[in-house]
Amino acid sequence: MLNAVPAASPAPPLLSVQGLDVTYETGAQGFWGRPRAFKALEDISFDLRPGETLGLVGESGSGKTTTGRAVLRRIKASAGKIVFQGKDITNVSGEQLRKLRRNMQLVFQDPYASLNPRMRVIDIVAEPLLVHGLIRHVDEARDRITELLRVVGLPADAHDRFPHAFSGGQRQRIGIARALALQPEFIVADEPVSALDVSVRAQVVNLMQDLQKELGLSYLFIAHDLSVVRHISHRVAILYAGRMVEVAERDELYDHPIHPYTEALLSAVPVPDPRTQRQRKRIVYGGEIPDLVNPPPGCRFSTRCPLATAQCKQEAPKLTERSPGHLVACWNR
Amino acid sequence: MSVSAISSSAPLLEVDNLKVEFDTRRGLVQGLRGVTLSIGRGETLGVVGESGSGKSVTAQAVMGLIDMPGRIASGDIRWKGRSLFGRDGERYAQDIRGKEVAMVFQDPMTSLNPVLKIGTQIGEVLERHLGMTRAQARNRAEELLAAVGISAPRRRLDQHPHEFSGGMRQRVMIAMAIACEPQLLIADEPTTALDVTIQAQILELLAQLQETLGLSVILITHDLGVVAGLCHRVAVMYAGQIIETGLAEDVFERPAHPYTQGLLRSTPRLDEVSDRLVSIEGTPPNLVVPPEGCSFQQRCPLSGEACRKAPRLEHIRPDAEAACWKPSVPAWATPLMSPSMPS
Amino acid sequence: MAIPMPATRPVVATPKAQRGPAFLSRLDELGRELWQDKLGTLGFAVIVALLLMAIFAPLIAPYDPAAQSVISRLKPPAWLPKGSWEHILGTDHLGRDVLSRVIYGARASLLVGVVVVLAAGTFGVVLGLWAGFKGGRTDSVIMRIVDVQVAFPGLLLILLVISVIGPSMTTMIIVLAITNWMVYARVVRGIVLSVRQMPYVEAAEMIGCRTSRVIFRHILPNLISPLLTLGILEFTNIVLAEAALSFLGLGVQPPATSWGLDVANGRDYIFVAWWLITFPGMSIAITVLAVNLFASWVRVTTDPQEREKRFAYQRAKAAARRGRKAGAGPASQNQGGRS
Repeated sequence: MLNAVPAASPAPPLLSVQGLDVTYETGAQGFWGRPRAFKALEDISFDLRPGETLGLVGESGSGKTTTGRAVLRRIKASAGKIVFQGKDITNVSGEQLRKLRRNMQLVFQDPYASLNPRMRVIDIVAEPLLVHGLIRHVDEARDRITELLRVVGLPADAHDRFPHAFSGGQRQRIGIARALALQPEFIVADEPVSALDVSVRAQVVNLMQDLQKELGLSYLFIAHDLSVVRHISHRVAILYAGRMVEVAERDELYDHPIHPYTEALLSAVPVPDPRTQRQRKRIVYGGEIPDLVNPPPGCRFSTRCPLATAQCKQEAPKLTERSPGHLVACWNR
Repeated sequence: MSVSAISSSAPLLEVDNLKVEFDTRRGLVQGLRGVTLSIGRGETLGVVGESGSGKSVTAQAVMGLIDMPGRIASGDIRWKGRSLFGRDGERYAQDIRGKEVAMVFQDPMTSLNPVLKIGTQIGEVLERHLGMTRAQARNRAEELLAAVGISAPRRRLDQHPHEFSGGMRQRVMIAMAIACEPQLLIADEPTTALDVTIQAQILELLAQLQETLGLSVILITHDLGVVAGLCHRVAVMYAGQIIETGLAEDVFERPAHPYTQGLLRSTPRLDEVSDRLVSIEGTPPNLVVPPEGCSFQQRCPLSGEACRKAPRLEHIRPDAEAACWKPSVPAWATPLMSPSMPS
Repeated sequence: MAIPMPATRPVVATPKAQRGPAFLSRLDELGRELWQDKLGTLGFAVIVALLLMAIFAPLIAPYDPAAQSVISRLKPPAWLPKGSWEHILGTDHLGRDVLSRVIYGARASLLVGVVVVLAAGTFGVVLGLWAGFKGGRTDSVIMRIVDVQVAFPGLLLILLVISVIGPSMTTMIIVLAITNWMVYARVVRGIVLSVRQMPYVEAAEMIGCRTSRVIFRHILPNLISPLLTLGILEFTNIVLAEAALSFLGLGVQPPATSWGLDVANGRDYIFVAWWLITFPGMSIAITVLAVNLFASWVRVTTDPQEREKRFAYQRAKAAARRGRKAGAGPASQNQGGRS
C-alpha cells in the first residue's frame, strides 16, 4: 500500500534540511537608498525519507518555490544546512554541483514554457544523458528514450515531434521523462499539475504515484492548496510567509489540523458538491500575506489570525511536537 | 437566495445556436459548435469546462470581444429579446455592453492601467457611461470600493494598481464592473489567478453582491468546486458544445453525461479519502477536424455504435438536459475507496 | 485574445527519413505566404534582382564602367533627343556609360551592406550575449560602453578614423562596423535577459548543462528571428551610410564605382545632365525601399501571433472577394469594436 512508508524507518533520511534561511536582496529604494534584504525563508527544517512524498503547501509569497529551489541548490542558502544522501551539499559548487544534478531533478509547473519549443522530444529527453556524458549522440539513446516515453505513457512515435504537437498533460509527461532520464532518487515537483485541466491532473498525479512505486523515488511535492496533495503525499508541511507553521502525517493533518492557518486553508478548498459546500462552515480570514521586507514581529499570521494575542504579535512561536510527528508553531493551540 | 425566486419572465440573455470559428494556419478551428443557453434575472449560471472547451469564447462573444482571427459564423445572441447582431443590433449592443452587461476577467493586472490611479480608472467608467461630474464620480467610486470590501477606500482611490495585492485588484475589477449597476455580470475565471484563501474571499463577495444587487451572474470556471457553492444552474461544456445542463444540485448529485461524471470523479475532494484519483484518459478532440458523432466518444467508457451520430441536447428531466445517447448510466466503475489507515 | 487551440494528438507517425522533405514543404509554405503579400514579394524580387545584377555585373553591363570616351560625353538617355541606344541611360562628364556604372555600383553598395551587417552583428551579438548572461558588473561595463558610443556622434568618429588611416573600401567597412554594433548588443542583451527567465532555460541548467550549452543551444535560437529583422533593416542604414561616405569622398575611391560616388560626381552637372545623379540616386532609393518592404514581411512572419492574424485577414479578404464574385454577400456577422 502506498501509504505504508514506515514512519519510524531506521533508514537515514535521503534529504535533511536544517534551519534553512534564504535572504533576497531587493533593489535599493531610491538612488541613495541601501539595498534592502528580505527573508524569503526563515528556519525551515524537514527530513525526507527514501520513497516518501512530502507535500509542501503554501500560498503565493509563502516561500514554497524558494524552498524547492534552495534544496536543489538553485538558490543560495544564507544560513542552515542541506544534507543529501548523507553529504552536506549546502556549499557545493561548480562541477561538483553539476554532478549532483544527476541525483536530484525538478519537474516544472508550466508544461508549455518548460520545454524548449525548438527541440524535438528525443532531444529534450536525451539532453540530460548527453550533458552528463552518458551518451555521445542522441541516436545512441533511442531505445532508452523509447522506454522512458513508454513509462510515462507517451506514444512511441513522439520522438521526432516538437513540443507544440502535444497537449498540456502530454507535455508534462515529457517533462517527467526528462527528469527521470538520469534515474534520480529525488524529484522536486513544483506545482506539476496546477496548470493542467482537471481531468488531466489526475492522469499526471497517478503517473507520479506509479513511478514512485516502481522506482522508489522521493518527492518534494509543492502545491498551492491542499486538494491534490492529499492524494499523493505521505506527510504534509504548511508554509506561511516564509515560515513553517505545521507538519504532520497526511491523515493526521487533514483530520486534526491544529494551526488556524491550516484550518483556513482546508476550509478554503471548495468541495464539488452544492449541498455540502453550502452547509460547510467556511473560515474566511480577511487580510493578506504580510510584506516580507518589513514583517510583523512575532507570528507572521498574527495580522490575520482571530486568536492572536499580545504574545503572538511580540514573539514568534517555535515548531513544537504536539503528538508524534505532528509539529505546530502556534502559541494558542 | 433560493432557486424558486428566479423570475419566470423572459430570460435576460439568450445565446442561440452560436457558432464561432477561428481561421488559423492549421485550419478552421470550430471554437463553438452550436451553443444555446439562457439566463434569467437574479440567476447564477456556472459554465464549467476545460481549456479549449469554448467557455471563454462564449463570454467573449456576448461581450463582442471576438476578434481576428475569430468570427461568429452563425447563431444569435439576444439581450432582453433583442438581437445583438445586424445593423440595429450592433448599435444596441454598444449601448448595453459595459453598462447592462459587465465582465470580470481572470487576470486583474492586465485589465488595469498601471499608470493611472484606481480612482481615476473607476471615475472614467462613471463619467463616460453615466455622465457624472468628476466630484460625483469620485464619491461614487469611494462607495463602490467600500461595497467590494476594500478598507479605507478614500485613501485607496489615490493609489496605483501595483500598490494593490492580487485579491484587492480583483475587488477593484469587480467594483468597476458593477459601477454602472449592470443586470448581468460575466466572471471569466475570476479566482484562477488567486490564492485559495483569497479565492474564498472573492467568491463570498460575488455571492453577497449577487444577493444585495439582484445581479444575474455567469461564472465561468474550470473548477467544479467553485461552481458548487455559488451557482443555481450549471452548464458543462466540452469541445465547443454544452453537453449537460441542469440545476446545480442535480448535476452534482446525478450527473447524466459520462464526461460530467468523469470530471466530478477526477476532481480531488477534501471530504473523501482515496489514494488514487480517477482520471479520464485521453485528451479533448482536435477542433479543426471535430470527430463525427459524439465529441466525447474516444474517451468514453460507454461509447458504442450509436455514438457515431451526434447526440442533441435533450431533456432527461424537466429541468435538466444532456447530450448523450446513454444518459444517466454510470459510466465509470466506483472508485476504490481505501480507508485511511494509520500504519 | 486567446485562440482556443485544440490539443492536436499525434496520430500519424513521421519517420525520421522525412526530415528533408519536411524542410522543403516548409519552404514551399513560406513561399506561398510571401506570394500573398504583394509588397513583400515585390521587395523580395527587387532584392534578388539586385543581387543577381551585382554578382553578374561583368556579363550584364554593356561597357566597362571606367572606360572614358571624350567624344561621347554627357549624352542623354536613349529616349531623349540626341540620345542613342548605345548608351541607354546616357553617359557622364567623362563619357562613361551610366547604365554600366549603376550596375557595377550595386556591387559596392551590397558588398559593404552585407559585410558591415555581418561584422557589426557578430561583434554586437557576442557582447550582448556576454552582458546579458553574465549580468552584474560585466553587464554594467559593456552597456556603459554602448551608451558612450551611442552618445558619441558617429560621423565625427568616422571622419577622424578615415582622415588618419586614409579612405578605402576596407577602411569604410571597418569604420561602419565600429559605429553600428551597439544596436545589436542592446537588442540581444534585452532578449537574453528575458529568455533567461524562461523555465526551459532553468530546466537546462537544472539537468546540468554547462553554460556554453545553455547559451548556444537554448538562448541563441531565440535571437534568430529578431536579429534577422534587425539585420535587414540595418542593412538599409549601411547602404545609405556607404552612399553618404562615398558622396563625401571618404568611401569608395575612383576608379571603382559606387552609387554614392556617382551622385557626388553628378552634383556639378545637375542642371545640364540630370541623369547623372538621378539613376544612381534612384538605385539607392529602390534598394532601401525594397529591403524595407521585405523586412516588414519578415517581421510579421517571425512573430507567431502577427502571422496568425495576417493569415486570418487574408482569408477574410479572399472570402469577401469570392462572395462579391458570387453576387451575394455572406451573412457573416463580424463584430469589431470593444466596448
